Amino acid sequence: MKYSYYPGCTLKNKAQDLDKYARASAVAMGFELVEIPEWQCCGGVYPLGSDEIASKLSSVRALNYAKEQGQDLVTLCSACHHVLKRVNDDMKNVEDIRTRANNYMQLDAPYAGETKVLHFLEVIRDIIGFDELAKMVKNPLTGRKIGAYYGCLTLRPGKILDFDDPENPKIMEDFIRALGAEPVIYSMRNECCGGYASLKDPAFAQDRTKQIFENSSDFGADCLITACPLCMYNLNKSDADAKVPVYYFTELLAEALGVKEEA
Amino acid sequence: MSHADNRAERICEISGSNPYMCMKCGKCSASCPSYNEMDIKPHQFVSYVLNDDIESLVKSKAAFKCLGCFACIERCPRNVQPGKLVDAARQIVEREKGGDYIQPEEIPALLGEDVPQQLLVSAFRRYRR
Repeated sequence: MKYSYYPGCTLKNKAQDLDKYARASAVAMGFELVEIPEWQCCGGVYPLGSDEIASKLSSVRALNYAKEQGQDLVTLCSACHHVLKRVNDDMKNVEDIRTRANNYMQLDAPYAGETKVLHFLEVIRDIIGFDELAKMVKNPLTGRKIGAYYGCLTLRPGKILDFDDPENPKIMEDFIRALGAEPVIYSMRNECCGGYASLKDPAFAQDRTKQIFENSSDFGADCLITACPLCMYNLNKSDADAKVPVYYFTELLAEALGVKEEA
Repeated sequence: MSHADNRAERICEISGSNPYMCMKCGKCSASCPSYNEMDIKPHQFVSYVLNDDIESLVKSKAAFKCLGCFACIERCPRNVQPGKLVDAARQIVEREKGGDYIQPEEIPALLGEDVPQQLLVSAFRRYRR
């Protein structure tokens, strides 16, 4: 199975681990990520304004490219996943945005949200299946207690992203279980890490991440996993006493599949 | 109070939100990770728009304290989704000259070696026009 793959800006630079372990794991699981040529940055933040068009066009270009290839579009970064799914929803369901974006872009055929956008974890859950993943695991992460840190952008708004239950998600816990480890469920797993506030107000992000580490440690997590480079950055910057190591979920996946060294 | 420029109407238009639906349950402010940082709280944004007092929203830095985490948008039982009003107020400020919350000249001093690109593009998109 081949997918159009949208890595996004950070995976080409500061979050190369998120990307390279995903590519190696995809091969091991039997599917291929074909990077979209000349993709453009999604902007990191979905433009909420109902009159915002230009800031959505980079996403439309990627979505339309995947449509032309007849492939689903796979992405890994929480922010890209969020922006691409929401712009796709606009193109499908908001006539004003669809019309104006298509008028501007002059594509061979108008784009109306035909592409299916999948997070890498959704490919594992919906196409491969966690039971099948468990069978592929060569080095089970037995004995490890792992907290899934969802943050905001993978889950909300739940109706549009359609990723998992936004208040009681389980996709990452099922993933952790498939790798042979024990998931740790803690209350702050879907609360915000401080996001982009850390640029101008690092103390505020410190406060957020301190609460997250204290909460996850209270429930016994010995490490956290994330799909978001910005969560990773804010969590890594934390000076909390309760701090535990944070990994991209793809790193643990590659480790369990036995492809980490060759990635 | 500023009625002359219909900025309240513009906020409703940009946000696509209907503040009249609010039943003042306070779930938005209870969910907000930036509650303590905001001088005007998410549930109060709704009232300010209803009362046509946009000048206070524009003067406040509260809109720039929003993290865009969508907790209030997800949890609003009346589909008012205060985060959209907060974001529209931010856009009104930025679209009016001189309202940007960050300047490119500030960036070099804020840059650490490991700052991810996502942080810079997100902050730029939210903090300036």
